[in-house]
Amino acid sequence: MIKVLHPGFYSTIQDLGRKDFQHLGVPMSGAMDMHAAKMANAILGNDADCAVLEITMLGPKLEFNCETVIIVTGASLSPKINTTIVKNNTLINVNKGDILSFGTPINGLRAYLAVSGGFQSEIVLNSRSMYQSITKASSLNKGDEIKIHTKSHISKKYSAIKMDSNYLNNHVISVYKGPEFHLINNEQINKLFNQEFTVSKENNRMAYQLQELVTNNLKDIITSLVLPGTVQLTPFGKLIVLMRDCQTTGGYPRVLQLKESSINLLSQKKVGDKIKFKLKTH
Amino acid sequence: MKKFKLQYKPFGERSILIEWPQIISENVLRSVLLYKQELENFNFKQKVYIKSAYNSILVSYNSTINNIYDEILTLKSIYSDGFDSKNNDSILWKIPVCYDLEFGLDLDEISLKNNLEISKIIELHTNENYLVYFIGFLPGFLYLGGLNKQLHFPRKNAPRLQVKKGAVAIGGSQTGIYPNESPGGWNIIGNTPLDFFNVGNQNPCFAKAGDKIQFVSVSRSIYFEILNQLENNTYHIESEVIYD
Repeated sequence: MIKVLHPGFYSTIQDLGRKDFQHLGVPMSGAMDMHAAKMANAILGNDADCAVLEITMLGPKLEFNCETVIIVTGASLSPKINTTIVKNNTLINVNKGDILSFGTPINGLRAYLAVSGGFQSEIVLNSRSMYQSITKASSLNKGDEIKIHTKSHISKKYSAIKMDSNYLNNHVISVYKGPEFHLINNEQINKLFNQEFTVSKENNRMAYQLQELVTNNLKDIITSLVLPGTVQLTPFGKLIVLMRDCQTTGGYPRVLQLKESSINLLSQKKVGDKIKFKLKTH
Repeated sequence: MKKFKLQYKPFGERSILIEWPQIISENVLRSVLLYKQELENFNFKQKVYIKSAYNSILVSYNSTINNIYDEILTLKSIYSDGFDSKNNDSILWKIPVCYDLEFGLDLDEISLKNNLEISKIIELHTNENYLVYFIGFLPGFLYLGGLNKQLHFPRKNAPRLQVKKGAVAIGGSQTGIYPNESPGGWNIIGNTPLDFFNVGNQNPCFAKAGDKIQFVSVSRSIYFEILNQLENNTYHIESEVIYD
């Protein structure tokens, strides 16, 4: 078991998401940086669908009530076991009573903590991903106790896979044309691909809004289907990049669609960070 | 059934969007749902997730599609094959609504501005069978078609921060039910005791695209009686099968 001494800024349990209930309007959810979450599980030898803890910017303080093995991937948020600084992407042996805490955010926005066997929190609609109105809790709270497997139940098949954090420094977001791409003109296309965009303060698990505007006279579309990674262009000229907790449908023109790996990369960007779109073809 | 000209578009590296002409109509929806049914019965090489809206279907694959244009050809072949089949039976759900002013917070305003007696608003709202086009926006939120023109009413300029679960509301030319407490800008005319989204149920939302909804006006006392029955698991939603 793990006890939450302090929840941090915003920490949620996530897995691969809730894919089977989209037709009922249920958001997909799942780890924002799916690559970092999957790598954490892979290195630990966990199944790919094991739940991990998604940690945003300022990490939590957690007390382990049993021996286990953990790993932190994704953003560099200065993790410590008791008073010892530990490294990302490296297996860490944890003893009963050890306290994991985080310090100054150094690079990236979201870190992932995986434990051997995965977090054993409640499963709702085939997933442990926290989401308001679906799971009882929508984020970790002080005093929460999360079940984990004790070390004696864990097979020791750690993987030799290595994870590289260099991707955090990339700022090129690869995109495909979205369903309404044909409605925008050359001037708008130039703007989309030749200028840098800045992540605005409106950024969360649902969507990232970008600061720079792209003026347009596009009408709303008949409400249609959207996905994490869909870039909507509002009548006001705002670009909204939908993320993992986005609604299943929307009425703004869908001008671009992020490549899966670029959703992961964008998840690591915070307010003020610059990005640049690069068009890919199928 | 009329065959529509469809457009197929790659949507990212894992999804294909199928689009009908840009209109909202029952005929388009029937065609969408027929095709969706064929896709659901098709034996794909990998797991797919199929969603639909007014005039579109999105087929999402579990992993990257090797050749998206080949896959589009496969999808196209399923459309022509399924051309003669019949829609699954639809269900007409009878939804009890209490239009008491305690719940219908905006009844007075609609009555005043649209120049309709409240009893007339209730009559117009309960007279229609509304078609469920799809579920989106919030878990269990039904997109319904068929609101009487006299009841059209613009969304609020400032949304309410908290709309009660079960609120029955009007937003522009649409009517809908808030499945859970949430912020919302629609005008509230009543409340239903029914659960439109319950994670504890095997099927969290009883309605599906293609079904119809009829609102039935009930008194305050019946409303609370139904709430009670729901808690004791003794309430059954009244429904009829609609044959094509």
